[in-house]
Amino acid sequence: MTSETGIGARVKRKEDQRFLTGTGRYVDDLPLARATYAYFLRSPHAHARIKSIDVSAAKASPGVVEIFTGKDVADAKVGGLICGWVVKDKHGQPHKSPPHPVMAVDTVRYVGDSVAMIIANSYDEAKDAAEAIKIDYEVLPANVDLAKALAAGAPQIHAEAPGNLIYDWELGVKADVDAAFAKAAHVTKLDLVNNRLIPNAMEPRAAAAEYDKGTGQYTLWSTSQNPHVLRLILSAFVLGIPEHKLRVVAPDVGGGFGSKIFCYADETMVCWAASRVGRPIKWTAERSESFQTDCHGRDHVTHAELALDKDGKFLALRVETIANMGAYLSTFSTAVPTYLYATLLAGQYTTPLIYANVKAALTNTAPVDAYRGAGRPEATFVIESIVSKAAMEMKIDPAELRRKNFIPSTAFPYQTPVALQYDSGNYPPIIDEAIKIADYKGFEGRRAEAKSRGKLRGIGFSSYIEACGLGPSQVIGQLGGGVGQWESAQIKFNPTGNVQVLTGSHSHGQGHETTFAQLVSDRLGVPIDQIEVVHGDTATTPFGMGTYGSRSLAVGGSAIMKAADKVIAKGKRIAAHLMEASVADVVFEGGTFKVAGTDKAVPLGAAVFAAYVPHNYPLAELEPGMDENAFYDPSNFVYPAGTQICEVEVDPDTGEVEIVSFTAVDDFGNIINPMIVEGQVHGGIVQGVGQALMENAVYDEATGQLVSGSYMDYTMPRADDVPSFKVGYKVTPCPHNPLGVKGCGEAGAIAAPAAVMNAVHDALAPVGVGHVPMPATPLNVWQAIHGAAK
Amino acid sequence: MYDFTYHRPKTLADAVNLLKGKDEARPMSGGMTLIPTLKQRLARPSDVIDLGGLKELAGIKVEGNNVVIGGMTRHADVASSADVKAAIPALAHLAGHIGDPQVRNRGTIGGSVANNDPAADYPAAVLALGATVTTNTGKHAADGFFKGLFETALGEGELITSISFPKVEKAAYMKFPNPASRYAMVGVFVAKSASGVRVAVTGAGSCVFRVKAMEDALAKDFSSAAIKDIKIPADGLNSDIHGSAEYRAHLVGVMARRAVDAANK
Repeated sequence: MTSETGIGARVKRKEDQRFLTGTGRYVDDLPLARATYAYFLRSPHAHARIKSIDVSAAKASPGVVEIFTGKDVADAKVGGLICGWVVKDKHGQPHKSPPHPVMAVDTVRYVGDSVAMIIANSYDEAKDAAEAIKIDYEVLPANVDLAKALAAGAPQIHAEAPGNLIYDWELGVKADVDAAFAKAAHVTKLDLVNNRLIPNAMEPRAAAAEYDKGTGQYTLWSTSQNPHVLRLILSAFVLGIPEHKLRVVAPDVGGGFGSKIFCYADETMVCWAASRVGRPIKWTAERSESFQTDCHGRDHVTHAELALDKDGKFLALRVETIANMGAYLSTFSTAVPTYLYATLLAGQYTTPLIYANVKAALTNTAPVDAYRGAGRPEATFVIESIVSKAAMEMKIDPAELRRKNFIPSTAFPYQTPVALQYDSGNYPPIIDEAIKIADYKGFEGRRAEAKSRGKLRGIGFSSYIEACGLGPSQVIGQLGGGVGQWESAQIKFNPTGNVQVLTGSHSHGQGHETTFAQLVSDRLGVPIDQIEVVHGDTATTPFGMGTYGSRSLAVGGSAIMKAADKVIAKGKRIAAHLMEASVADVVFEGGTFKVAGTDKAVPLGAAVFAAYVPHNYPLAELEPGMDENAFYDPSNFVYPAGTQICEVEVDPDTGEVEIVSFTAVDDFGNIINPMIVEGQVHGGIVQGVGQALMENAVYDEATGQLVSGSYMDYTMPRADDVPSFKVGYKVTPCPHNPLGVKGCGEAGAIAAPAAVMNAVHDALAPVGVGHVPMPATPLNVWQAIHGAAK
Repeated sequence: MYDFTYHRPKTLADAVNLLKGKDEARPMSGGMTLIPTLKQRLARPSDVIDLGGLKELAGIKVEGNNVVIGGMTRHADVASSADVKAAIPALAHLAGHIGDPQVRNRGTIGGSVANNDPAADYPAAVLALGATVTTNTGKHAADGFFKGLFETALGEGELITSISFPKVEKAAYMKFPNPASRYAMVGVFVAKSASGVRVAVTGAGSCVFRVKAMEDALAKDFSSAAIKDIKIPADGLNSDIHGSAEYRAHLVGVMARRAVDAANK
């Protein structure tokens, strides 16, 4: 039974009180006595050699405390930033690993690469001083176009990566796939560009640091999604500060979407410089810096081919992708277009043979790394686009073609040909439910009605799967990942019976303070207002891996459940002592220990009190106190899946696309807080719609400048761009974690681009349009229609 | 933002005097363009003369056949004015769709017209309605006022005190917003009065302009059918990542037809 605050309840978010009343504490809010302010001077060129830097005039500028250049940093032997995932190419060689200095020494490689750090008594003084720095650049040929990055004669970005190639990687046996294609009754071919995105978290990246000379202790406040991982990287690879002398705090963080997973140059510099200037340093990115220097997302060029038999059964899939890495390899960049992409190319289907070849390339652009979905949106876009195109070519209903190829519910656990083993799922009821909610049967009537108003109406499907809940550490290790992927939890009772739940995951908008409190309330029977969830501080929480890859509930929540089980186990022993009963006879129900068949009962709170005031307590066999921790390493990924159906109307006169209906039916396993899950689904869909119709990071080919460098030119989706979403759920519990949960954080963004683009293509097919590039902006749609009419 | 000296005069005369004495002084009405420009360090005025205290420049009156709007009148006040809605509803509609609520409650008609941003909405209304721009030194007819990119007939130290819009028989404004900024990528204001038809286009070129071929056709037959075959040349129109010159030229036709249909409703 669901209580009002337990598992399954729509509990209002505990954290929203402070977020909605302006009382959150973000990095920039920190009051630090004697603080200085940092400004980073950045390269205006996409590629240039630094012939000289003269900071003498700038150092004399009012208010300046210190100025550091790349040479200062190099002379101090600061390590470079690392890429933490080794991908081995098709010859078994590790990926090319060009250096990534935290500040450019002699060469800048993208617009935004930092060349000097100016520290002053105020931010404005730092900026004033930056204008007095004289840099003599020798501008070098640059390339910002992924499609040209690997061509002969392309500007060479790093000597360590000849031809700008980071790796040429493959998955699957090409000869087997080619043989299947030779026997196919039909082959569908598709060329796609997965447009480059800029994350745009509401709070820009920020860092503040102070150094305590007396203890040698550094404290770094950072807008991080994973403070322990950031500390580990800074300690072990970059700054050499021992872990026990570096405290990383990620307080309230206003959104990340992946972009705040990584170890960035700016926060590294702020931390390093704090001990050198002997005063705290604060830095908050301006929005235009965020556009230029946050890691971007997506950016693939792909050719895909799907082989089908005469009945529409998938025989094989062949995918060639070039993935943009930007100018340097970011923390997890290499894994995104390989192990988070190609391994998902089976989708929800029984395609028996799959071959993927991925080439990662350097360009003179900001680094590209994980962004909401990370690889899985790119995979879903390829699969779901080509399946819909095949349906159109073979004149098979797109829902029917999907159903015909779904992995049957009896086949789980299902081993795909691309390494993953899906643990559970049941796909046909999902699409059936989506079809019902979306009134698919009535679509042709709506299309005809729209036509009478001069509008072109179309419908599009996207049946996605994702592997998330990262992840089983040993599998991650076998694939080249440099870290474990377990999560930690600690349940710490106070003598008065209220609880601190410490988690190694991090909340930057996901609502962990509520969801995790629900778990503990449900399991231990403690009222939810007596539970405080604590995260984000390496000094107070157990080592944890942070939040990304829809892992917090499936992995972090499971760790909390393990810790709760330990609390119950210890509580039983205390209660048995108090009730003078055998431990084996004690049961725990509704927050109370009982002896079955008697009226003996000890509430958990009483057992906790006894543990802290152990006057009547089995001290000989049991430690006092109630403070249990647990680590949980999952045995597999989790595999949320679902179907989205999007309906659009295109105005052929202007090229505008309006989303008139959007349905999402998901299987997230068991749901803890349906309200929070809906929020995640809605937000994810809007980000997917943003990619499909609006967002596009554009660099100017001639100058290498980021043209879409502000909200004047980068189109973010707004509330009036989307309709009310229709959502539904089907539940197949995850069989391998204690909560039976999957993950919901990325699903919307993973599935939506294909659903929207398939709808656009369906709408435009009657006027002869074969392909519209993503995003389907009014200009792109109008040009496609206009081109087709010529 | 660089340091500057801030002034907030209470009278027009004081404002004009403050501007006169200084080479690098900039008047600020709503600040919707100036403030972001200052924040990005793209402008370095010695003095900023905030016109927000000039109560005499704010307000809307009907004088005979004209609606007279003070230079410091906020977009939100024009949008919600019963007088404007009754006399020239298309003008109230235009004002109600500038920017977002924050912009509409700060931005002013005088500031917008004096700035002459190529993607601003008001210049299309001023030009299509044949408005008269009154300043501290004289009057300007709409034709000839908008000179080019961010350039007007205003002289040094000249401030817009009011703009007078003659009532017309029919009018409508149709805007195709830039998807990112929601400024006008193409905005067409169509107005029909006893003296003829005027069609003004904003957003498409470097400066608001009239389309004579459409005006002539609409003078004979004020219907969207009358202009459906008129092609706007793409030469000289703006081209960027959101719209090629050809696309903007096409949208001028679409928005003009929609404006005529709306005016006829």
